[in-house]
Amino acid sequence: MDSKVPKGPLAAKWTQHKNDINLVNPANKRNIDIIVVGTGLAGGSAAATLAELGYNVKTFCYQDSPRRAHSIAAQGGINAAKNYQGDGDSAYRLFYDTIKGGDYRSREANVYRLAEESANIIDQCVAQGVPFAREYGGLLDNRSFGGVLVSRTFYAKGQTGQQLLLGAYSAMNRQINRGKIQSFNRHEMMDMVLVDGKARGIIARDLVSGKIERHSAHAVVLATGGYGNVFFLSTNAMGSNVMAAWRAHRRGAFFANPCFTQIHPTCIPVSGDHQSKLTLMSESLRNDGRIWVPKRMDDAIAIREGKLKPIQLKEEDRDYYLERRYPAFGNLVPRDVASRAAKERCDAGFGVNKTGEAVYLDFASAIQRYGAEEALTHGIKNPDEKEITRLGKGVIEAKYGNLFQMYEKIVDENPYETPMMIYPAVHYTMGGLWVDYNLQTTIEGCYCAGEANFSDHGANRLGASALMQGLADGYFVLPYTIGDYLSKDIRTGAIPTDLPEFDDAEKTVQDRLDKLMAGSGQNSVDFYHKKLGKIMWDKCGMARNAKDLQDAIDEISALRTDFWANVKIPGKADGMNQELEKAGRVADFLELGELFAKDALTRNESCGGHFREEYQTPEGEALRDDENFKFVSAWEYKGEPKDAVLHKEELKYENIELKTRSYK
Amino acid sequence: MIKSSIARKVVMALSGLFLVFFLGQHFVINITSVIAPDTFNEWSHFMGYNVLVQYLLQPVLIAGVIVHFAMGIVLELKNNKARAVKYKQYNGGANASWMSRNMIITGLVVLAFLGLHMYDFWIQEISYKYIAMNPEDPTRYLEETVHKFEPFWRTIIYVISFVLLALHLWHGFASSFQTVGVNNKYSAGIQTFTKIYSIAIPLGFIFIALYHHFNPLTH
Amino acid sequence: MKLNLKIWRQKDAKSQGQIVDYPIKGIEGDMSFLEMMDVLNEELINKGDEPVQFDHDCREGICGSCSLQINGEPHGPDRLVTTCQLHMRKFNDGDTIVIEPFRATAFPVITDLIVDRSSFDRIQQAGGYISVNTSGNTVDANAIPINKHDADEAMDAATCIGCGACVAACKNASAMLFTSAKVSQFALLPQGQVEAVDRVQNMVRQMDLEGFGNCTNTGACEVECPKGISLENIARLNREYLSATTKG
Repeated sequence: MDSKVPKGPLAAKWTQHKNDINLVNPANKRNIDIIVVGTGLAGGSAAATLAELGYNVKTFCYQDSPRRAHSIAAQGGINAAKNYQGDGDSAYRLFYDTIKGGDYRSREANVYRLAEESANIIDQCVAQGVPFAREYGGLLDNRSFGGVLVSRTFYAKGQTGQQLLLGAYSAMNRQINRGKIQSFNRHEMMDMVLVDGKARGIIARDLVSGKIERHSAHAVVLATGGYGNVFFLSTNAMGSNVMAAWRAHRRGAFFANPCFTQIHPTCIPVSGDHQSKLTLMSESLRNDGRIWVPKRMDDAIAIREGKLKPIQLKEEDRDYYLERRYPAFGNLVPRDVASRAAKERCDAGFGVNKTGEAVYLDFASAIQRYGAEEALTHGIKNPDEKEITRLGKGVIEAKYGNLFQMYEKIVDENPYETPMMIYPAVHYTMGGLWVDYNLQTTIEGCYCAGEANFSDHGANRLGASALMQGLADGYFVLPYTIGDYLSKDIRTGAIPTDLPEFDDAEKTVQDRLDKLMAGSGQNSVDFYHKKLGKIMWDKCGMARNAKDLQDAIDEISALRTDFWANVKIPGKADGMNQELEKAGRVADFLELGELFAKDALTRNESCGGHFREEYQTPEGEALRDDENFKFVSAWEYKGEPKDAVLHKEELKYENIELKTRSYK
Repeated sequence: MIKSSIARKVVMALSGLFLVFFLGQHFVINITSVIAPDTFNEWSHFMGYNVLVQYLLQPVLIAGVIVHFAMGIVLELKNNKARAVKYKQYNGGANASWMSRNMIITGLVVLAFLGLHMYDFWIQEISYKYIAMNPEDPTRYLEETVHKFEPFWRTIIYVISFVLLALHLWHGFASSFQTVGVNNKYSAGIQTFTKIYSIAIPLGFIFIALYHHFNPLTH
Repeated sequence: MKLNLKIWRQKDAKSQGQIVDYPIKGIEGDMSFLEMMDVLNEELINKGDEPVQFDHDCREGICGSCSLQINGEPHGPDRLVTTCQLHMRKFNDGDTIVIEPFRATAFPVITDLIVDRSSFDRIQQAGGYISVNTSGNTVDANAIPINKHDADEAMDAATCIGCGACVAACKNASAMLFTSAKVSQFALLPQGQVEAVDRVQNMVRQMDLEGFGNCTNTGACEVECPKGISLENIARLNREYLSATTKG
């Protein structure tokens, strides 16, 4: 695998590369078309920037507006090595934290470039009018996230993703108004069209009319997000899917590290079988919340049966297991570590809600601590306990008010009075389409940005890094690197859509839709999606072992056969049909899930979010195997997922010494 | 002419504010009919014969009423078109006051009342002055006014109309400030003032009508 | 609990629609409103009927996709929530619930409960942005300090999720709260000043062109807004518009 990482010292690679690559002159850009699929942070920012540069851009999203892409749901913040707090931050430190946080499974040069560009993102977004939180002096405020020792996270209340996305969307709107972007909303990419081995267009379905459309371009950018919904229950949006990436994979794009999935430790627990999705509570809560379960089994049982209230439990009867196991980082250990620790306690029988799958996130001591501070700064002498609690709640409300309100609406319990209940949930997928340094996949002319690619987070992503990567790719990396490729296309002219390749691709799409509609009608799409989700969660979730993974491969394969024979899709294909949309997505998840399990089975080590029970220390910590698994797994499609062929990209660490990740 | 929705709304607000101001001035003159009959005659005569009032303020007032009414109708029609298919169930009371949702009803009632009011006083005044060409009589006003309130039906119509006017003002007066962009730390005070005004002035007019009804002239 | 649902069904934009009754059982208080709809749809599919189509995506109250008029109110009876975060514990056993699409001439129905809100996109396209190219060398983010109060207020305006509840609630189907939120965000920030005059005029012109009604300050939008966007923004929009008009 050729990652095309430029030569030279780490810190100079990107600048040198930008100087070396070919440019397209402004007059020629007008003759070049680019398709961008997905309009989240990566797609939206890429589309806007490419259009600013002068290319003709067509964007596609399945939502009714680009503004609704799921980047909007990111809460906590975006990292940038600005060092505004003067706490010793630098591009190198951000680079180092990201590599370490990713458990040494990401590509050095990419991550360094990401850290370098991070500061530009903040400048760009502020110029666009993104209302980041500020201090009284009018300068930007920062907060701290898990797994790092500096404050480098910029935020806009608990809605950072929303504000950044609306920034990218507004940049897009400016280009739509100029006629440089044509935006196709409520459209879904169904297949990619290759002409002479190069990506030259897509087949899309208009989700309102059901019409199959052909769109051609000189290059195709996929920015379609992650595939966490393969688990059915995740913090992803209901519509988040892998279809575009998977269609590209089937056409020749290698899929990298599919088993690297992030399970986020602080989500609202499942309340019953009706559950359709999970809601995240920002990681920032771990700055002040203490995580615990009862120390004694009989207390845990009493709590589960509703006979005991958590606030009745004495301090010495509580097990603050993160503080106990990881005294240095405590409640702020990285996400993978916190999630596994919660699972370990719940599996041991100490879970606290009626399903037994929840732990407490308690703000009582933070309320007391802040309350006492407030009393002191306001000159209140001898405050009583009630006064301190009142003041403390005020501080907590100012910091996390919107999250507490959201929790109360969903769970119907007041988190100021009783501890929150949380449990890990699938949140982000580090794996994705394999891309080289230029973000090009193994299909020429097909680029991939944001969560949809695999590049920057290794085996575990640090908090507030997803927004950074999406925007770095879209604003500052892809618009330049794609020019190098397009510089060869200035004489190509418009790509006609009546080529036989388009005919073939359209026929493939049509046949697939017909086949879906022709199912025998035994079970709904959700029936299969839930079954797949259960297999994935039970056998490919927070802890995996060879036997379960092999079972998962077999079960998913059988489920897929059943799905194609027996799925039931009411209505017709020639109009809006949400069941048909879901069916197409679930069909691809049923293939991806199998590759996921195969990838996990192949990787005989534990690293980051991938924890194999066979590979752990006696204390239950992950045991990485750098000798044999210091590589990116890039899978080539060969028909059935179980026949996929593994290609390895060896990872070279020239600037960082590989260490065992320790947060003790 | 004025095409933008905001400009139209501002016209509505400014003409409304002007009418509110006029209403206050009207009330001040009218209340003298109860507390100082001679002053009432004096002021009424001034209003009736001052050139500035007659040839400048009076046309402006009439224009104000017409603009406010016409624009109100235009906006209402446009607003109706903005939701061509209606809800089967619409729970407007859950999020907005009856007054704010029914300005067209209270407005039309007040307009109808204005018709009666113009017929009662203005038309008769015009015909007295400009058609019959009667000579000036600075003492006739109180008697004419009190006379009008002798019939019970007219007094009742006046009372009901003023209640609806109060409802119209309750939303309209405060709302005009929002429309012209006043929403700041003084807004709470302005709100309170407009609410008091909206109740007090119509109540005052009701009092005057009832007072004259129950205290008819004896000669 | 048992419920009697009365749901607007409409095949496509051209068809006539009607309210159809769907009795439903086994609903739990912990379900979100949309999960209740999922239960209904699963039943309909298994019976061989066509499920009720409705817009939804993130199901955590931020994407702005869900858009149901529930018992005559957008996003139902609860305050400061979207339909996806409305929970069934707000209803009682035996309740009748009327579910309709958001209604406005500028939001034509696509099918069932799904409406076309692209008019909102076009209002934004008319001027809801700051014209700054991506370069990597714009001024440093801390070069222009911004008063915290203004920044916070801009943020409050910027939290609009573009769901359209303001339009749905308004008896005039006015889009003033939506438009004012975007205008306000930029009006409150120094970065937004340069294009302020053109922005407000272009956005209001587009808003009128789309066929939204006029604001009559009923305040329904503010009450129903799931993000609590304040009426102050409408006053600010009015000010901005008036001052822009005098500038030409």
